[in-house]
Amino acid sequence: MIKVSNLTKKFGSNTSLDNVNCEFNKNESIALMGANGAGKTTLIRSILGYYHPNDGEVLINGMNPIKERVKVLENISFVPQLPPPIKLSIDELMQYISVGAKVDRDLIMHYANEMKLDVSANLNKSFFKLSGGMKQKLLIAISLAKKSDIIIYDEPTANLDPKARDDFYRLLKQNEDEKVLLFVTHRLEEVKDLVNRQIYMDLGKIVSDDKV
Amino acid sequence: MKNLSLIAYLDLKESIRAKWFVVYSLVFGGLIALFFIAGVTESQVMGFSGLSRLLLMYIQITIVILPIFILITTVRSISGDRDSHVLEYMLSFPISLKQYYWGKIIGRFITVYLPVIFAMIIAIIYGAFKGASIPWDIFFLYTGLLFAMSAAFLGIAFFISSFVKSSEVALGIAFFIWIFLLAFIDIALISLMMQQRFNEELIIFMAMINPMEIFRVAAISLFDPELTVMGPVAFYILDSMSQTVFVLLSIGYPLVLGLLFAFFGYKIFEKKDLV
Repeated sequence: MIKVSNLTKKFGSNTSLDNVNCEFNKNESIALMGANGAGKTTLIRSILGYYHPNDGEVLINGMNPIKERVKVLENISFVPQLPPPIKLSIDELMQYISVGAKVDRDLIMHYANEMKLDVSANLNKSFFKLSGGMKQKLLIAISLAKKSDIIIYDEPTANLDPKARDDFYRLLKQNEDEKVLLFVTHRLEEVKDLVNRQIYMDLGKIVSDDKV
Repeated sequence: MKNLSLIAYLDLKESIRAKWFVVYSLVFGGLIALFFIAGVTESQVMGFSGLSRLLLMYIQITIVILPIFILITTVRSISGDRDSHVLEYMLSFPISLKQYYWGKIIGRFITVYLPVIFAMIIAIIYGAFKGASIPWDIFFLYTGLLFAMSAAFLGIAFFISSFVKSSEVALGIAFFIWIFLLAFIDIALISLMMQQRFNEELIIFMAMINPMEIFRVAAISLFDPELTVMGPVAFYILDSMSQTVFVLLSIGYPLVLGLLFAFFGYKIFEKKDLV
């Protein structure tokens, strides 16, 4: 599904990704780990088509995420580490996602309910005025409702309480078939029951890649 | 097309809720109210009176404050979203960059244009209610000029926003551009340049490429071209070009300039790293 070949990305004189090669296939749940500055976020952003590589390429189902971003992103769900301060109301954000990405609005509501988030009571509230946990729950609900083949979570449980984490893991278990789940994390213990592959990065390189 | 209008609509809604929009609307609405309260329509200065005088005063002030308002409120549109990671999330959905960028521009254009035009419409309605004769030619000229001016500075703002990574730098550049263009209207630097006997063609050329100068001369062009308040370059331009040609130029040129800047901004947005 995802093929990263000889990928190099530099920012000025700093090499963030140094000739990275890897493949992520169906039914793989991967924990992507490494210290700060190891290149995890740069790799994720390259998969999402945000960065123009200095060398090498990323292919998602054979497509370049920069040249064919709309087709590629139809199949990717992404939850960032920190929910961004989006000023749109919940209702407007759901409109953006349901019209722009053809995500079923009722399904977002369904997964939000499963995450114990009452969306209907907060529809007119600005997204950025929600608590950290509520924002994260909504972004998780959206990621699941999108029904993508590839789901990328950057520290998804950072703002969640233990109960919400259990809900999140339960929903992921129900939705992991035939997908690629990619977790960027510093705490392996939080996702170790979900993943079947662990990748460690350091200084822009993959230093270990193990099936578990 | 559906996504384009969706993004424009959502940007418009978001902007209307913002505090800057309330201040922006109050400034232009307040100006008109202030003119009426101060009795501008009843006074006669240099031959202008009634609504003509009010609109002329409104446009003279607008020349100075509209560009900076547009620049500072818009320049952070993309760079601010990039700074706060909003862009990273919003662009993780299958929306094309073209739809996102141009949708934002359309939404922002409506936001900045509506308050300035509404203020003029309110002036016309109130003036008519008070029994003043309505200078339709001036009203329509100013409607077109404000449209072109908004387009020009919106294009410049989006151009800056597309390549600047930090919103603070974007603000600094916007402010510099405003001061730079303001300095090149003939009441300031151009008068000095003439005193120093710079090449006449050079002075006229610099005046003609400055949208703020074009706007200023066009705003006064329907009045007597002999007026001393116009300044030497404005006098020269109106003396050497027919009024119709100049009015068309004053609307067409800033419009094209804005579109060109917006287009180059889009090309940069498309070719550079998004976050």
